[in-house]
Amino acid sequence: MQTGALAAEDVRALNGRLHALPADTNQRAWRVINPRGAHAVAVGLTQELEVVVDGHVGYYCAGMNEAAHVEIRGHCGWGVGENMMSGMVRVAGNASQSAGASGHGGMLVIEGDAGHRCGISMKGIDIVVGGSIGAFSAFMAQAGNLVVCGDAGENLGDSLYEADIYVRGAVASLGADCVEKEMTAADREKVAALLARAGIAADAAAFRRYGSARTLYNFHVDHADSY
Amino acid sequence: MCGIVGLFLKNPVLRPDLGRHVSAMLAGMTDRGPDSAGIAVYHRPAGEGACKLTLHHADPAHDWSALAGAIAQAFGCEVDAEVRANHAVLVADAGEAALRDWLAAEAPDVRVMGYGQLMEVYKEMGLPADVLRRHGIPAMAGTHAIGHTRMATESIVTTEHSHPFTAAADMCLVHNGSLSNHNRLRAFLRRRGERFETDNDSEVAARYFAWRMREGASLEEAMEAGLRDLDGFYTFAMGTREGFAVLRDGIACKPAVLAETDDWVAMASEYRAIADLPGVEDATIWEPRPAVVYTWKLD
Repeated sequence: MQTGALAAEDVRALNGRLHALPADTNQRAWRVINPRGAHAVAVGLTQELEVVVDGHVGYYCAGMNEAAHVEIRGHCGWGVGENMMSGMVRVAGNASQSAGASGHGGMLVIEGDAGHRCGISMKGIDIVVGGSIGAFSAFMAQAGNLVVCGDAGENLGDSLYEADIYVRGAVASLGADCVEKEMTAADREKVAALLARAGIAADAAAFRRYGSARTLYNFHVDHADSY
Repeated sequence: MCGIVGLFLKNPVLRPDLGRHVSAMLAGMTDRGPDSAGIAVYHRPAGEGACKLTLHHADPAHDWSALAGAIAQAFGCEVDAEVRANHAVLVADAGEAALRDWLAAEAPDVRVMGYGQLMEVYKEMGLPADVLRRHGIPAMAGTHAIGHTRMATESIVTTEHSHPFTAAADMCLVHNGSLSNHNRLRAFLRRRGERFETDNDSEVAARYFAWRMREGASLEEAMEAGLRDLDGFYTFAMGTREGFAVLRDGIACKPAVLAETDDWVAMASEYRAIADLPGVEDATIWEPRPAVVYTWKLD
């Protein structure tokens, strides 16, 4: 187990050590202590590392993550797991706004609540939230799955392109072009698998599905001859 | 970008250390606002019928005892003056409005930073840690305080453009964000008798809330009205005699975090500012919701 103590070492130096690990490294288990709300902890990882951050972090923790498993044993400032490509980012507490923003792949699990704009512009990431999410979540989402065990704030899925949103609790309001869709057997299977991967116990049958009505698309395939 | 902090001590045992804790919070927000810093501390109530003024003069060698003597003579009352760097706290057995009118006429180069029974306001250009140290903030006791570190966007960097902005007795406001309808709102308030000291958008918000409360609104009602009338981005922290309030606009793109224990409530732009408070490991920590008024009051 390698340790990065953020009182003694600054974030840039710690991240530098994580980035400099050779592909065949055997130093794959890391623990970051004393983060005290520092920004950009464990960003840009590109290897299969297991990083545990012991405490609360600031902005952009585990951003751009690829392959690594990052677990935050605390709360997060905004942009946790933003633009991640693969791997797993898990937050034991609450996350602020823009969690998983623009994420291309991998899984982001927030055991507590997420603030507004959760999954904004998501592009393939799977996000599972144990609690509730704030307003404007999944704004302009393009691909991926957002599973919310609690409630969703106002304007869920506004200007959605694609992506599937599953909410177990109440939805304060749907954004432009976001509609409720049929929850099929395939959806229930998918949600059950996502919850299992996330390690969050919830009955997949209790979720409702929301997605794009596709009326805001500039390009409509039926009009292809007109362009 | 700016940094704002607020600390409200519920447990009287902690109150002798208010200054130390809130200074650490404010210094922790230096990255968000290195241009200038300001803080309002609620402590040391002036006696019955007395008024406390925090005054500022650009000249650090300004003769405050001469000013105190002149006020004592003009009002026929005792005046106590305590000098802290280029600020001075005057306590006088006189009405607040009359004192401010006298100062405007007789000492126009003296700026009134804050007034009331409890609140003292210190603000100046420079790094937060330096501003705090020069004014002896870490040694202050008190019930609550709000502070601001400024990275200017809407107007120039001067002491008078720094936050907090005072607009009523024992009331002040700090703001992270920018307002887009401040010119129209300033004209609206001027027509209703409000006087402005700067072209700063945050001063407009402070005077707007003060005007609403003078018109009879409660703190909560004034802030609810602000959600309709203030156009722009904001996280506000407002200090009053009884406590403090936090409000974010409906889009909430300016950051804020709240933390609460049995002993205190803290608000900051970032968690970093809260990380050193005693008992923070057991605090409830959450992000204030958009367009929701949060208030805490003394018992």
